Amino acid sequence: MKLIFERGKKGQGCTLLPPCDVPEVELPVPMRGKKPKLPHVSENELSRHYTELAKQVHGVNDGFYPLGSCTMKYNPKVNERAAALSGFTGIHPLQPEHTVQGCLEVLREASQMLCEITGMDRMTMQPAAGAHGEFTGLLLIKAYHDSRNDTARTKIIVPDSAHGTNPASAAMLGYDVVSIPSGPDGCVDIGKLKEAVGSDTAGLMLTNPNTVGLFDKNILEITSIVHEAGGLTYYDGANLNAVMGLVRPGDMGFDVVHLNLHKTFSTPHGGGGPGSGPVGCKAFLAEFLPGLLPVPADGGLCMEAPEHSVGSVKAFYGNFLVVVRAMTYILMLGREGIPAAAKNAVLNANYMMQKLKDIYPMAYDGTCMHEFVMSLEKMKHEIGVSAMDVAKSLLDYGIHPPTMYFPLIVHEALMVEPTETESRETLDEVIAVFREIYETAGKDPRILHEAPVKTYIRRPDEVRAARKAVLRWSED
Amino acid sequence: MGSFLPNTAQEQQEMLEAIGFHSFEELFSQIPQQVRLGELNLPAGLSEMQALERMEELAQKNRQFRHIFRGAGAYDHYIPSVVGSVIGKEQFVTAYTPYQAEISQGILQSIFEYQTMICELTQMAASNASVYDGATAAAEAVAMCRERKRRTAYVSETAHPEVIKVIKTYCYASNTEVVMIRQKDGVTDMDALREALDEESACFYMQQPNFYGNIEDASGLAEITHGAGAKFIMGCNPIALAILQTPGECGADVAVGEGQPLGLPLAFGGPYLGFMAASEKMVRRLPGRIVGETKDQEGNRAFVLTLQAREQHIRREKASSNICSNQALCALAAGVYMAAMGEAGMTQAARLCVSKAHYLQQVLSEAGLSPKYDRPFFHEFVTVARGKTADILQALEEKGILGGYPLNGDEILWCATEKNTKETMDLVASVVKEVCS
Repeated sequence: MKLIFERGKKGQGCTLLPPCDVPEVELPVPMRGKKPKLPHVSENELSRHYTELAKQVHGVNDGFYPLGSCTMKYNPKVNERAAALSGFTGIHPLQPEHTVQGCLEVLREASQMLCEITGMDRMTMQPAAGAHGEFTGLLLIKAYHDSRNDTARTKIIVPDSAHGTNPASAAMLGYDVVSIPSGPDGCVDIGKLKEAVGSDTAGLMLTNPNTVGLFDKNILEITSIVHEAGGLTYYDGANLNAVMGLVRPGDMGFDVVHLNLHKTFSTPHGGGGPGSGPVGCKAFLAEFLPGLLPVPADGGLCMEAPEHSVGSVKAFYGNFLVVVRAMTYILMLGREGIPAAAKNAVLNANYMMQKLKDIYPMAYDGTCMHEFVMSLEKMKHEIGVSAMDVAKSLLDYGIHPPTMYFPLIVHEALMVEPTETESRETLDEVIAVFREIYETAGKDPRILHEAPVKTYIRRPDEVRAARKAVLRWSED
Repeated sequence: MGSFLPNTAQEQQEMLEAIGFHSFEELFSQIPQQVRLGELNLPAGLSEMQALERMEELAQKNRQFRHIFRGAGAYDHYIPSVVGSVIGKEQFVTAYTPYQAEISQGILQSIFEYQTMICELTQMAASNASVYDGATAAAEAVAMCRERKRRTAYVSETAHPEVIKVIKTYCYASNTEVVMIRQKDGVTDMDALREALDEESACFYMQQPNFYGNIEDASGLAEITHGAGAKFIMGCNPIALAILQTPGECGADVAVGEGQPLGLPLAFGGPYLGFMAASEKMVRRLPGRIVGETKDQEGNRAFVLTLQAREQHIRREKASSNICSNQALCALAAGVYMAAMGEAGMTQAARLCVSKAHYLQQVLSEAGLSPKYDRPFFHEFVTVARGKTADILQALEEKGILGGYPLNGDEILWCATEKNTKETMDLVASVVKEVCS
């Protein structure tokens, strides 16, 4: 399909702005020489261009999207309506406080509800995404140790099953990353953890349920081992959807938590963002939180920086409209709806897993939480069909593939997270597709190697893209 | 309670039994009793109608101003209707990051187009797919420029205070020293910069136009910075880029900025958009996602996420940044905005900003608010009137006008854009005149 630059012609465009009603001014400074080459298109052509692009995108609204660890649940339409209210969209971030009381109430109420859900005492909405939340949470840990002049704590412990952002976040703070191996059950190896902790431990980053979809039953022992060594514990909220309303990170012994409102709390992913990654903490860390927090004052709310705030991780107060969406969702679900969502997320995952495990070997035995990991190692070895082939084959059935090749500790991994908003009929249909693909693999693996054939493009050449990087359009 | 669960209670029970469980209790038996929660202390769930009413009630508690003369990092520009229509398309709204290229060409191509437009605007070699906002873009740019022997970052005092704060926070995290370069008469003190830089300097960050609206001698600052062997990072207002000397022309190593003026609403500070573009030499140090063009196995043009060896999921602790999610939908909005405006529209918007802001400065000056600086400015400027700030802003508020941003009791930072008419600016001046006389 044509690029927007290859459409229209000079002289075409949209009529958007009025003529100038004041004397025109020329600036006495160096101006740009070459004009920017931006598209010349009529509004009709522009609009159709993006409609055509939209047709080449599969969203949650288009079909099943079991992308493990990403919690691609349905995005309620009412969220969008709330976020589009002009009383929110038209508010300048630096308006006087008495004119933004509604916004401050949103920030305060949303953070109070999320504190209740996570078992934390205070929360900042400033971080814009999960990774940004990790960075912020680790900043709190660093500020805490620094405030005690405990500067020998230079290590962050991360299980080997962790998502790549955990070590990358720790590295942004100059921490050395200590990776501890998982036991054969996919959970933290307690013995190895005990060996790893010490007076140089700044903290532990963990997600529970973990990245293989299992709830680590030793969680209280794990967090107390770290605390006894003087370290702090960080809960990666990526997998909270499995347990929200049933177990709270705060009750598992965690000191800091980040949430992904764009996963657990139903706000849309927007093709990669904007998300929102609020960070909650126990009271003893609240003085270090970044940004401004709403606090009661004179019958209303005002914004105040915590006493020893680490500063700001983003301008203003975070991705505010994403918080509006998440709050709308929490208001609708309420105290019964939140655990009900978690229960059904776990039920749907186990239902799919049970109906597939006879032919697709699971990486770990037993009951899973909201997601499960299959390993196609045997299939790859015996008939040469890889996790990638199965994933690409799903595309031809209009299904978004599971997360591929993650976690790294499982070979030929496919990680499936159906979420609670899928019906049994959908699950049954998808199970049937998985089984059909398995049969095809046995009969004619070439079909899978060739897949997809029904999509807008076939498999792209990624090596070529990286080697001969073409990162922008140019005329010639 | 509100619910988005499709399975009925009976179906849930049937599904449980189909996989060998009697109850949810049994399904969750792996969670130790000691950590289980009784009941959440939250209100009961609401119907959609009730939840929306509650949110409307909150939105109504805010005061929305019809006329806005405040900028300071968030700008009230006209947003073409087509922007809202495109970014409301549910395929774009509800998709994840485009990992599966075959079913994500629409997103990938739109990002590729956005990257191209950012390159055109900045005249830099390559752009990434966006970061969280302008402030984090500046902080990420500082991280890009840090080298083993060059570890000190220099930042102009004339940059936006929020941006400075975010740079400092990121640098506290990475144990990077930050040195502020003082201002002189509303712009960066070039002599101070020249004296400060040495062989351990990693980079210098400045903002064009600066926080006070003044236009800096960017190429002069770049020359001084490069003279000391450090990298030059230029923070830019994207509307101003349509007419002002570009980072490319100034020789910037990295160009960053707040993309909110490109079709995003004020929205109490977010979601906004951080744009980042780099010179040829710095491309592989860019953080975050980048889309590249390639071919599929049949030779068709195709787009993919590329240069992923920089990123956290491959490099883990050696990645250039931890960023994964960015502001994709906001980048889409910016792309549609730039395409709708075109070169002519962007230039028109920039010129309208300049002319309106100069008119506003003139009528305010006549009304008794004298300009603080006598230098070229883009669409913001500072006025001085001893002890009058609060009264002026209060009087404007009563007329439904959000006046400039109060810097202190004496000084106000004003902003005018294409949305402010002569009529309203005259009204502002008359209100100010009344207060000042």
